Amino acid sequence: MLKGYIPPFNATVVQKLLDQGALLMGKTNLDEFAMGSGSTDGVFGPVKNPWSYSKQYREKRRQKAQGESEAADCLIAGGSSGGSAAAVSAFTCFAALGSDTGGSTRNPAAHCGLVGFKPSYGLVSRHGLIPLVNSMDVPGILTRCVDDTAIVLGVLAGHDPKDSTTVQDPVKPFMLPSLTDVNKLCIGIPKEYLVPELSSEVRSLWSKAAGLFESAGAKVIEVSLPHTSYSIVCYHVLCTSEVASNMARFDGLEYGHRCDINVSTEAMYAATRREGFNDVVRGRILSGNFFLLKENYENYFVKAQKVRRLIANDFVNIFNSGVDILLTPTTLSEAVPYLEFIKEDNRTRSAQGDIFTQAVNMAGLPAVSMPAALSHQGLPIGLQFIGRAFCDQKLLTVAKWFEKQVQFPVIQLPELMDGCSSVFENEKLASVSLKH
Amino acid sequence: MWARAVWLTSRGVLGGCQAFATKANPQESGRITAAVIEHLERLALVDFGSREAVARLEKAIAFADRLRAVDTDGVEPMESVLEDRCLYLRSDNVAEGNCAEELLQNSHCVVEEYFVAPPGPCAFKAGSGTTEVNPWPYNSLSYYFQTGNISLPKLDEKEPFLHS
Repeated sequence: MLKGYIPPFNATVVQKLLDQGALLMGKTNLDEFAMGSGSTDGVFGPVKNPWSYSKQYREKRRQKAQGESEAADCLIAGGSSGGSAAAVSAFTCFAALGSDTGGSTRNPAAHCGLVGFKPSYGLVSRHGLIPLVNSMDVPGILTRCVDDTAIVLGVLAGHDPKDSTTVQDPVKPFMLPSLTDVNKLCIGIPKEYLVPELSSEVRSLWSKAAGLFESAGAKVIEVSLPHTSYSIVCYHVLCTSEVASNMARFDGLEYGHRCDINVSTEAMYAATRREGFNDVVRGRILSGNFFLLKENYENYFVKAQKVRRLIANDFVNIFNSGVDILLTPTTLSEAVPYLEFIKEDNRTRSAQGDIFTQAVNMAGLPAVSMPAALSHQGLPIGLQFIGRAFCDQKLLTVAKWFEKQVQFPVIQLPELMDGCSSVFENEKLASVSLKH
Repeated sequence: MWARAVWLTSRGVLGGCQAFATKANPQESGRITAAVIEHLERLALVDFGSREAVARLEKAIAFADRLRAVDTDGVEPMESVLEDRCLYLRSDNVAEGNCAEELLQNSHCVVEEYFVAPPGPCAFKAGSGTTEVNPWPYNSLSYYFQTGNISLPKLDEKEPFLHS
């Protein structure tokens, strides 16, 4: 729909980065209109996870499957901001922006071994971010280490007169303190997130991480978010309904793709939208319109809004009871091959991909996916930390402590390394950082 | 250690956690009638395009029906997580603008400072000898040509576009 479109303005988040001297490397690929959790449904084709080419993955594959073609198994990057994640993961840039409406920044971060940060709703301006769900969207930040995320967040956070949903509390850039001890911290483990579909590797890593905090002196307790099992359904209804409204602006008249039919406005709109949107987007628009029909409005849309309040209240109750941070998995498993991913349709995959992440969007809380360890196949697994609203700094401080404990390995890309071996000598570095 | 205790007991497995295994309820599928399809296409200005798309919608509805199981008596709908705060309103002064030229550049069809749209559906008069063109391009009946009481407005009468 936006093929050939050149925006006549910069998004506030982009402008803020440019004002601080950032160099724009380019725009990245994604699922069309941010709908998806694999970055497989974009106009430019699927995004390939750089870890598909990593020494760590290739070596494990060679051990297991001798003689099989290596090219066959390109992995998904996660989505919908997979292109941004792939760019940062492959050392193309220090940081990338994504969007996060249901987990679209955290999901690819987990699959690509990155720090994927979702700020509190209202902290960062959405002006210039194509809206998907106005009450849940936030711009996301993808980097290789937590300090870089803090630097970028320091630039982006703050009230924007062009986005009236940004809060007016003053914000100033911060340096993350290095936590030396965690014994004042209370970590909550939501029991409803232990679902049967969770892979055993992720589950054991989750358990290990909890144990890590406990042995360092933190209080680690099990908590309950009783409405968790309804959050994906609630999200499905609210998302499609908002999408139905937000996509109405794409009619081919003022910008974007326009078909050749000129018989009537309706015919032109209909053909433009059929040509411009893929099946996923059209499916969501139609579903959304169904839920918004007069006879369905109360039973679906308003009902989902009520359930949303219950979900948001679950989190508030937990944080009010003394828990500082929640620790959960980010995804059900590590990245799967593209060919396997596309066997199921977008809605099914989105429901699976978003299962741990979208409740956070409904409650507007800050959350971050941290790379925790490599799987047996040599692929990254991420764990998610969730904080109280507007306690983004505290969340990142804890994430930084975790990062230091875990020492997640740097991706080894042989083709890339050959030219610049001196830079990557120190494998203990979590990244080449903005700080250096 | 607490962690061992949690993972060994079988908890946290709520029935609803199979949230993404879609099973269409046979009682509720088939509620997408032709009339509903037509109505949705008209509202969304997007066509279903295929039987699969309709099936996908049926599955989406079945999925959404799980919300009925939640007790929401006395719960207010939540529109925004920032509902406790005052919305920022800036003063009504012109702060920017004057970019008509830039904006017009993005459109495919522009005349002077106007975006050019094709004629609306009511511009065609039925039975006048001119070729009747069905403004609604799909194989469903157009609202304007349905039997009964709707008479086509005259060419010079103004009609808002959305009036179904």
